[in-house]
Amino acid sequence: MTPTRDHVPLASLFLVFFRVGLFSFGGGLSGWIYREVVTLRGWMNDDDFFSGLALSQILPGANVTNLSVYIGQRLRGPVGAVCALTGLVIGPFFAVIALATAYAQIATMPWIQDAMSGAAAAAIGLLLIVALKGAYGASRKLVPFLILMTTFVAVGLLQWPLVPVVLGLAPVSIAFAWWKASSDA
Amino acid sequence: MRENVLWSLIAVFVPFSLVSIGGGPSIFAGIQHQSVEVHRWVTAREFVDLFAIARAAPGPGSMLVTLLGWKVAGWTGAIVATLALFIPSSLLCYGVTKMWNHYRGRHWHTALEAGLAPIGAGLILAGVFAVFRIAGAGILSWAVAGIAAAVLGWRPTLNPLILLAAGAVAFAILHDGL
Repeated sequence: MTPTRDHVPLASLFLVFFRVGLFSFGGGLSGWIYREVVTLRGWMNDDDFFSGLALSQILPGANVTNLSVYIGQRLRGPVGAVCALTGLVIGPFFAVIALATAYAQIATMPWIQDAMSGAAAAAIGLLLIVALKGAYGASRKLVPFLILMTTFVAVGLLQWPLVPVVLGLAPVSIAFAWWKASSDA
Repeated sequence: MRENVLWSLIAVFVPFSLVSIGGGPSIFAGIQHQSVEVHRWVTAREFVDLFAIARAAPGPGSMLVTLLGWKVAGWTGAIVATLALFIPSSLLCYGVTKMWNHYRGRHWHTALEAGLAPIGAGLILAGVFAVFRIAGAGILSWAVAGIAAAVLGWRPTLNPLILLAAGAVAFAILHDGL
């Protein structure tokens, strides 16, 4: 499917996650990672990415750090996982401390806070387009689309706890995929 | 004394790392309790400030612990707290994804992957709403996000930094008026 993935250079892997980590404000990180890894570079396909994303969210730990470990491991094994994770965290590590140091000054300049909120809102747009793309991809098949919408309504609108929702829906969704694959074969 | 502080950072954050199911937000309340009431590393007011800073800064919101470590024991504290929070969960995740990728190609693995994919996509969509709810976003936020998404749908390879900069400018100019 993705013949180039054995040749993904470690430096590229590190740099991609470094850039995502440093420039992603306000929670749009998964959207940005999707764009870099799937849309721009074709290192993975959609199912690879979205199933890894679901895994990352069920496991303990920050979702994006788990996703970086998943992608790094998938592309380049243990060294790849270390590269992706380090790349993701090292920029924000210094940025967050720098911001804390300058916080007293920034608090007196409200336009800076407005600007940061604006960047964060645009970052959500990045996440939104990935979500819509996933929804569109699933909409051609009825059951996956229903599963997607149920997940969204339960976790997003009703604010039910994520883990029980995923653990409840996963068996249904997986059983359907199993049945579908068997009947197609 | 200083060593004791580093050890307590580890003792507090390693367990949180392993129970933070669903990511940072699930452990923020517990971290607040430990660092304000139990260990008195920061005051309640300082904690709120650090929380806001971690949200405003790039990277995962759980970088909050980096700031707590930094506040308590400088650069060493920042490094120790960050590693304590990220390494245990990452090791676990590594083990799981290694097994996951090892069985790639098997019939049941294909079914698992195809079954989990729509759930992952649904969680992203839910994440968009959750982020806006936490941020208490108004119409302007939705408009900026919607326009950014539309532009990216039209030009998928556009550098998102351009959009982030445009969003920042739009907010800085318009926010007072809305």
